[in-house]
Amino acid sequence: MKFTKGVKDGLPIGLGYFAVSFSFGIAGSKFFSWALVTLISMTNLTSAGQFAGLQIMADAAGTFIEMAIATFFINLRYSLMAISLSQKVAPNFGTFKRLLLATGITDEIYALAVSQASPVTARYFAGLMVLPYIGWSSGTLCGAVCGEILPAVVTNALGVALYGMFVAIVVPQMKASRPTLVAVLIAIACSFAFKFVPALSGVTVGFAIIICALVASLLGAAFFPIKDEPDDNSEQGEAA
Amino acid sequence: MSLRDYFVFLTVMAGVTYLLRAVPFILLKGKIKSRFWRSFLAYVPYTVLAAMTVPAIFYSTDSKTSGVCALVTAVVASFCRLGLVGVAVVACCTVLCIDGLLPMLFL
Repeated sequence: MKFTKGVKDGLPIGLGYFAVSFSFGIAGSKFFSWALVTLISMTNLTSAGQFAGLQIMADAAGTFIEMAIATFFINLRYSLMAISLSQKVAPNFGTFKRLLLATGITDEIYALAVSQASPVTARYFAGLMVLPYIGWSSGTLCGAVCGEILPAVVTNALGVALYGMFVAIVVPQMKASRPTLVAVLIAIACSFAFKFVPALSGVTVGFAIIICALVASLLGAAFFPIKDEPDDNSEQGEAA
Repeated sequence: MSLRDYFVFLTVMAGVTYLLRAVPFILLKGKIKSRFWRSFLAYVPYTVLAAMTVPAIFYSTDSKTSGVCALVTAVVASFCRLGLVGVAVVACCTVLCIDGLLPMLFL
């Protein structure tokens, strides 16, 4: 489990991340300079969380508390992956190395790491992180810079890229699992309610997302508990 | 937004994200026992993404028509297993056609 093997294995993830973060860069350039947008990607390395975070920052009524709670729930799945990964790592993958490399626990890097036959060493995991991190940061930078140069017709079209990715993550799961289909439809119904029911229109974007996800996931867990043996690969195919 | 506010938001977002990854990674060795909370956590990513996408995608482009069409083509493309990048490209092309090319044809 060499560093160089990790780098090689991380290449396809890095390319995919470049494309996704390009659209994040464009979205962010509407509110911030390219440097500030890129800094968000360099410090977070998470797609859905950053996108929600951007919406909260752009919302004049957004608060720090809202940011903390929204980030917590949207990125809570990383804790599950961290738990799962902690059981797959080599014995010499110590606490200090874990603190240093924890940022690399994204949906794809995690999925690739735990799918290895041998225990995951710190060297391999570090190698695995390199290109996705570079791809994510440089993609954001290019998107943010191009967002200021590209014609409006093109940036308008690229604005749906991230939503397209989200659809690509959710739809196959809805197709494969009926409970997920129901939970997702509940979340969408809630989301529509926050948009169109006048009594709920005062709720900020971040909290609306949190409440929709909480209601739908709690109902899902209550009515359709997952099977007793959770499979570690169920998170495959998600964005960062 | 002031630069100070930006950095507070950034610190909160990056800090929470990092702690969610690092704390369980260094502390926990076993699996979560509660079936209810494991189920809850399994549904969270999908419900979050769905709530973020609909209806926001309808308002993310110049016209509501292109947003609705982009969602429809993205769902169809996902059914055809085009993958993350492929589905995103299909959605972008849909918007490009409707907001970019259609007005040119009718003007």
